[in-house]
Amino acid sequence: MSEQNQQQDTIREVRDIRQMMERSSRFISLSGLSGVAAGVFALAGAAIARFGIFKDYYFRYTELGHWSRDEFRQLKIQLLALAAGVFVAAFLSAFYFTWRKSHQQGVSLWNHTSRRLFWNTVIPLATGGLFILGMLQYNDWDFVAPACLIFYGLALVNASKYTLTDIRYLGYCEIIVGLISMKWIGYGLYFWAAGFGILHIIYGIVMWWKYERA
Amino acid sequence: MKNPITGLNKVFDNRIRLGVMSILAVNEEVSFNDLKQMLEVTDGNLATHLVSLEENGFLKVHKGFIGRKTNTTYSVTKSGEKAFSDHITALENMIKGVK
Repeated sequence: MSEQNQQQDTIREVRDIRQMMERSSRFISLSGLSGVAAGVFALAGAAIARFGIFKDYYFRYTELGHWSRDEFRQLKIQLLALAAGVFVAAFLSAFYFTWRKSHQQGVSLWNHTSRRLFWNTVIPLATGGLFILGMLQYNDWDFVAPACLIFYGLALVNASKYTLTDIRYLGYCEIIVGLISMKWIGYGLYFWAAGFGILHIIYGIVMWWKYERA
Repeated sequence: MKNPITGLNKVFDNRIRLGVMSILAVNEEVSFNDLKQMLEVTDGNLATHLVSLEENGFLKVHKGFIGRKTNTTYSVTKSGEKAFSDHITALENMIKGVK
């Protein structure tokens, strides 16, 4: 074997090692487009809430000077249904793009790296979700948006150990937006739209640009 | 076991054995099925290489069950860790040396 050949072999071997280490310890098929899609649904949801559900509500409130119990209850149900719809749409679209990317990379979507990523994201996220439902039990709506953003940010920071590390910065940004929004209670929806809509879209585009642009 | 000239470990000559070691170097414990999936090899092929790594004392095998199905997991031993890192050092030296 010539020296040149041997060097080629060695380099290939090192690359194999690297690839195996990376593939086996991190889930690398998260697609940037997943982020963009989730962001778009979040913005759409926020727009429906602001211009659909809240439009009449504010109008009636100023007209009557109060709201009835029934109206308030209906508002809650509408908002929860909308939130659930946005979550499902964002999740499915995110899932689709990630599935597509893993398919292109020829790795399976459900392996031990994705399992680990899944559980490490779900634990802080589900805790946050239950915490928020707990607050709603006492009709405390003030901290819903900050809590969503903060718990989601923490979930992303935790997830970053098991996937592309860039997601950590998205997590930091979500936490910061969440903390800032504590200062302007009542404008939660705008912060929510910024955190889940705009940040997701920016992050998604950056990730797509960095890893997927062909 | 070691090639006296290059310092490369003969055991890691094979792509599958090298792959197993790379995976176990960064994961505490990996199951047979996950290894199979990541390395894209057949059961028999993987088993043979795992046995040879085990015989060299590089692997620890844990046999367990999930329900009734056997679940065998593997982790790297101290000597396996050392052999693998020596091998990488040798590879690095070769790349540097030829440059």
